Amino acid sequence: MSTIEIRKVTKQFGSFTAVKDADLKVEAGEVVCLLGPSGCGKTTTLRMIAGLERATSGDVIIAGQRMNELSPQKRDIAMVFQFYALYPALTVGQNISMPLHSEGLSKADSDARVMKVAQIMHLTEVLDRMPNQISEGEKQRLAVARAIVRDPNCFLFDEPLSRLDVELRHSMRGQIKEVLTGLSKATVIVTHDQLEALTMASRIAIMKDGVIEQVGTPHEVFAKPVNVFVASFIGTPQMNLVEADLQSFGDGKASVILAGQSLSIAADPAVSRLKPSKVTVGIRPRAFSTVQDKGGDTIAAQAELIEPMGAETLIHARTSSGGDIRVVVPRDKRVKVGEALHLKPDPRQTHFFGEDGKAVRA
Amino acid sequence: MAEHNSIWEALGFRKASGVGEAGWGRTLFVAIVSLIYFLPVLFIIFTAFKPQDAALSVPPTLSPTSFFGLIPDKYVFTPTIENFGSVFNRSMTSGGAPESTGFDRYFFNSIVIASSSVLLALVIGTLAAFGFSRYPLKGNDTYLFIILTTRMLPAIVVIIPVILMFRVVGLSGSYTGIILLYTAFNLAFTIWMMKSFFDELSLDVEDAARIDGSSDMKVFFKIALPQVVAGLAATFVFGLILTWNEFLFALLLSGPDTRTVPVAMNQAVSSGGRGTDWTLLAAIETLFLIPVFLVTFFLQNHLLRGVTFGTVKR
Repeated sequence: MSTIEIRKVTKQFGSFTAVKDADLKVEAGEVVCLLGPSGCGKTTTLRMIAGLERATSGDVIIAGQRMNELSPQKRDIAMVFQFYALYPALTVGQNISMPLHSEGLSKADSDARVMKVAQIMHLTEVLDRMPNQISEGEKQRLAVARAIVRDPNCFLFDEPLSRLDVELRHSMRGQIKEVLTGLSKATVIVTHDQLEALTMASRIAIMKDGVIEQVGTPHEVFAKPVNVFVASFIGTPQMNLVEADLQSFGDGKASVILAGQSLSIAADPAVSRLKPSKVTVGIRPRAFSTVQDKGGDTIAAQAELIEPMGAETLIHARTSSGGDIRVVVPRDKRVKVGEALHLKPDPRQTHFFGEDGKAVRA
Repeated sequence: MAEHNSIWEALGFRKASGVGEAGWGRTLFVAIVSLIYFLPVLFIIFTAFKPQDAALSVPPTLSPTSFFGLIPDKYVFTPTIENFGSVFNRSMTSGGAPESTGFDRYFFNSIVIASSSVLLALVIGTLAAFGFSRYPLKGNDTYLFIILTTRMLPAIVVIIPVILMFRVVGLSGSYTGIILLYTAFNLAFTIWMMKSFFDELSLDVEDAARIDGSSDMKVFFKIALPQVVAGLAATFVFGLILTWNEFLFALLLSGPDTRTVPVAMNQAVSSGGRGTDWTLLAAIETLFLIPVFLVTFFLQNHLLRGVTFGTVKR
């Protein structure tokens, strides 16, 4: 079976811990994205799976077999590198056929495989060119072609689209997803682009400072972030995370003092377990309704900066206590700079985080 | 590797591109400076074609032709190729058949000794450089420094122990001895040069090859080596020039059969008791220039080409 599993994997470079106790299981046909900011250890994790780095402790299990000590060429994996890592002295065709050499295929078989993959990746026109004579998009497709020409245990992608321009990235995302769906192998994709992760992954593993913070489907990590970091990292524009004083909880509503205003907002029943304390309230920019009257349970703020985003408009608003709140409103709602806003958080869309930064949820 | 657009480019000639961005003024300036650099060489080549009396005349003769009367007659000499003949054969004053000067042998020696020692150093040095670059030892830099120390002392300092060592093991005057010595001296340079070229390469490409099932040997020969062809060419040419011109070691360590051209040149000029034979010397020098000139000329495309081939943007 094509599966990848890492158990309690730790990697240390000298005294620096790049990855700490990482656990992850990728089933056959599943695409898992390792998502996180630069330097969070996601590429190191990928390189440990590939065998390019040795894990300091923990186990790397590929296709049900522990492979900690095996060199990359014996792991039977395919990897696409961030900078493509094409073989500069070989033609496009030879680049694709390179992984086949170790399989001892006949020339005819090998050529047939190369042609088939070249057709899938639209490279038939450039098979005889050198890597420095093809376009950026073709280089990217060549890197993928080289990975899928064999039938490996699993696929690893290291920031595969980061060097493409926006338009190309969009179409490649679709193409790669299509190709991966047809192959049903365990796949790990490293990316720092959440849109890439949300669109391509069956599950996302969010990393920070060498630790896997949360693993879940794109829907889960968006709707139920386990802590403040995941909440702020997933979703654009970023979720509003506002410091507040929790006063009491009752009837599905929490009474808080938020930005100097006392209000009662719908909250998860688990919040009832909290003693009155400092909490962080998370509200997505799209989870507000703007109401006319001051009324009850709204946050008063003043529009400070207005960024039209096409279909919607992003408003940066300032509360009376000086906090910044991002609100997304439909395009047809006209707001002027300086206008007073009354923001009502939508029920069931608020997140409460305790003092330790962890989500409070039933 | 780039395709060659024509047979001429394949042979090493660059595409004639006319006056480029710099414009005529700067081009002319550079041409004049280049000419000043080239003048001594040109003078030697001309001298090689001069009859004995023209070589020593004051003021010196400067041109083999008057350029349709542009240059006054007293600066013009009548070219001859006699000097080149006398490099290889000496006519006997007592009459009879001309005697060989042995220079054919010395040229052969120079070519064999220089090329084999430089190639040997290139093979060993490139392997060592890849090792130093990719599989660093504990204290890697220390070893590299020690290798460099072999080039820190002037030849005159190390020559005495080397002579003694060669005498003990019986290498004096043999091809093996002088080739080994030159190889050792070129190694330091080769290792440092090639290491810097290997350091420049993208490690991702080699990682990719490993994942694609290549052994370390295959990574070296199929992936890394083709990317440093330009570096190999540059190292080869520099090493060749140094070795080709080397005089001191050759003087003290080569025997009569393994004498190289610089040593033989010295002897040809200073022996005979008739003073220095300038035209003969110039002829030897002109011939001596040709091999290095040809090698450099045919490798210049590689020398000029960038080290990486643009597959990896940094």
